[in-house]
Amino acid sequence: MLQRLSNLTLGLVPVVLALLFTTVILIIVGAPPGEAYRNILQGALESPDKWASVVTAMVPLLLCSAGLLVTFAAGLWNIGVEGQIVAGALLATWLALNLTLPPILFIPLLLVAGLIGGALWGLLAGLLRVYGGVHEIFGGVGLNFIAIVLTNYLIFGPWKPADGATMSGTDPFPPAAWLPRLGDLPVYPTAVVLALAAVALMYFALRGTTWGLKLKAIGKNQRSAFLMGIPTSRYMLGAFLVCGALAGLAGSIQAIGVRQRLIPGVSGGYGFLALLVVLLAGYRPLWVIPIALFFAAVGVGSPRLELSMQLDSALGGTLEGIIVLFVLLAQGVKRKA
Amino acid sequence: MKIEALDIRKYFGPVRANDGITLTVEPGSIHGLLGENGAGKTTLMKILTGFISADGGETRLDGRPVRFASPAESIRHGIGMLHQEPLDFPPLKVLDNLLLAFEDRLIPGRQQVRRVLEELCRRFNFSIDPDARVNTLTVGERQQLEILRLLALGAEVIILDEPTTGISAPQKVLLFATLRRLAKEEGKSVIFVSHKLEEVEELCDRVTVLRQGKVTGHIEAPFRAEQLVQLMFGQSLLRSDRSRVPLGEPALELQDVTVQTYRLTVSHMSLAVRAGEVIGLAGLEGSGQRLMLRACAGLQRPSSGRVRLQGDDFTRRSYRDFLAAGVAYLPAGRIEEGLIRGLTLTEHYVLTQRGHQPLFIDWVGAAEGMQHKIAEFNIRGQSGTPVEALSGGNQQRALLSLLPPVLKVLAMEHPTRGLDIESAMWVWEQLLERRKSGTAILFISADLDELMEHSDRIIVFSGGVMASPIDAAATSIEELGYLIGGVRDNS
Ligand SMILES: Nc1ncnc2c1ncn2[C@@H]1O[C@H](COP(=O)(O)OP(=O)(O)OP(=O)(O)O)[C@@H](O)[C@H]1O
Ligand SMILES: [Mg+2]
Repeated sequence: MLQRLSNLTLGLVPVVLALLFTTVILIIVGAPPGEAYRNILQGALESPDKWASVVTAMVPLLLCSAGLLVTFAAGLWNIGVEGQIVAGALLATWLALNLTLPPILFIPLLLVAGLIGGALWGLLAGLLRVYGGVHEIFGGVGLNFIAIVLTNYLIFGPWKPADGATMSGTDPFPPAAWLPRLGDLPVYPTAVVLALAAVALMYFALRGTTWGLKLKAIGKNQRSAFLMGIPTSRYMLGAFLVCGALAGLAGSIQAIGVRQRLIPGVSGGYGFLALLVVLLAGYRPLWVIPIALFFAAVGVGSPRLELSMQLDSALGGTLEGIIVLFVLLAQGVKRKA
Repeated sequence: MKIEALDIRKYFGPVRANDGITLTVEPGSIHGLLGENGAGKTTLMKILTGFISADGGETRLDGRPVRFASPAESIRHGIGMLHQEPLDFPPLKVLDNLLLAFEDRLIPGRQQVRRVLEELCRRFNFSIDPDARVNTLTVGERQQLEILRLLALGAEVIILDEPTTGISAPQKVLLFATLRRLAKEEGKSVIFVSHKLEEVEELCDRVTVLRQGKVTGHIEAPFRAEQLVQLMFGQSLLRSDRSRVPLGEPALELQDVTVQTYRLTVSHMSLAVRAGEVIGLAGLEGSGQRLMLRACAGLQRPSSGRVRLQGDDFTRRSYRDFLAAGVAYLPAGRIEEGLIRGLTLTEHYVLTQRGHQPLFIDWVGAAEGMQHKIAEFNIRGQSGTPVEALSGGNQQRALLSLLPPVLKVLAMEHPTRGLDIESAMWVWEQLLERRKSGTAILFISADLDELMEHSDRIIVFSGGVMASPIDAAATSIEELGYLIGGVRDNS
């Protein structure tokens, strides 16, 4: 009981510290902190539209986090998740621009294309790691860069709109490729269901299957796992594949749902943010959901700072980053104690 | 320096690792700490050196109460420890490794450290090359380096936790000479942790025996072996006679096998091991026996020659094929490459089930299965215990308990390293029992008694050369010792 309680306070202390820290920053830049926080909250919650946006922003976070739970379990730092989102979006875009099908076939096809595109990009990072000896962080950074460059090339080259290329991306996809909304609200029920299902699936897979246990074994001690007869290379590639697929699904949802076209920054930094979500959740699947909600809300609410207080909306991101740092700090201190 | 532990207590959940231990170590003496596996020896030493904190009790140095928050603090007070599981050594040069030790003291340049090192080496007859890389040193040499490091840091009390496991016979002689010298001539206090009676009898002035977290006796030299055994185990031990089993067909054959690594080449190994046979592999560490053993288990691909399992050519097959064919490999580093830190015994049980593994884990069934193993192998721990919380000996029991029931070939590095006599005897009973179902056993050991007692044939390795097998019944410990050390004495 006492243990429980102290774990809880240990979890809360860093969040409180981070809020204090941000408050100090706000005071230094001369903005009333209370009003800033209220603005973020209002910005996220003031209307059904905003609520819907928050849920929509949660979708890529949840999908990527679900994937990252798998790679983290295997002890892998899949920084390439950002590029895997892009790869999923690219494959989906290619089909969306070149096919005409009824929505009932088209949309599932595009979602599967996202899964495949991301999986392939993830597999590439995996092959580099397992057979090329390239650490997945370096491989991931490289592949992220390539994915972005490739997107820009396609948008300004082969896929450029008929009336000339701009930063606003390709032509909109044909309406048959659009992910259906919930009435007029900017929220996509299919996407939400898929995202929650992904987290639930990983929750059960990691705690209750031999597959998950073997991944954990590899993550904690690859040598022992190998000697026990676990095919470590295959499992590591599998982890990259699964994470890439989920990230790619997020990418295709961004393209055919939120944007209805391919834009240069289609990944929107959700991959990196998802890394923070999973770190903050301490790799526990169920914690991912409330944390993703919080991150999504801050992301949707922060632009209000700019409108009503002339503060940079990056403040929201700063707050998120600081919380993660404080939580990691608290964990580090706890380990040393 | 005089060191006193008063009523030290440390509980891990229900386990009373230290249950009111009191002991005094006088300066200038070698104090033995004897106890079976899991008796609480390492725990007590970790408390004295600030690695973990006690739940109760007091430590005094020269009569003054002290409390250390970290090993660094304890070494500043002059207490240094050599650990049971060698801590990781980064692949640095010997000299840089020593330099690191001084990071927070303003000892200047490398030249000075080099002089200190050479001076210390001369004093203790050690031969460590200051420019060698630490990861190329043998366990014995790393140990010498550790001792020098502690001395250079000004240690007055030196604690050695089972220091003789894994070092060669001549290195052991040198180690004992060093310890005597430190105590008798330089007035240091030495605490020597062991569960080997002979070593304690040979070396120590005084011994404290632990059993299940409590002190069962303090005795002065000379010791009587039966008395120590009685205190350690609460009973006297009977040696069981080794039964003979009829040997079967060759289970494993090496035909003119050569293995090559960048450090060592072992060439032209030929051997046929028959079902039910026990082969002991002897030699100084790094003489090629480990490469040979790994080639037998499919972990090291030969550069030429053939490896056959029951007549089938396995030369190019993967380790997993070897596993599927009934080969098992037990590494020396139990927690480094055998078990998985952070996972429980039950989780290990699930992972090591061979054959078809269902996708969904039956946790209840697995916990029950592990519970059986715990009872059968007398492991001190629960099914939910993470393996790193087991004592060294119990980790080995856990590894053995996880081996599949039927095996064709069992390849082991140091099967009883770190086990007390009782456990070691018990382990060998289990292993030898497997011969009846036709398991061929190959094992590496640094313990000549163990090699002589349990092998049918012994193969001596020396500098990458595999000698032809000798019949264990037709040789003696002296001869074996000579064969091992005779070619090159690199202590
Ligand atoms: N961190 C820990 N968590 C839980 N239990 C522990 C922990 N460390 C040790 N124990 C338990 O405390 C008891 C004493 O362990 P200790 O390592 O001190 O034994 P030991 O005498 O050194 O044995 P060995 O000869 O096998 O090394 C064991 O039962 C062990 O399982
Ligand atoms: Mg111990």
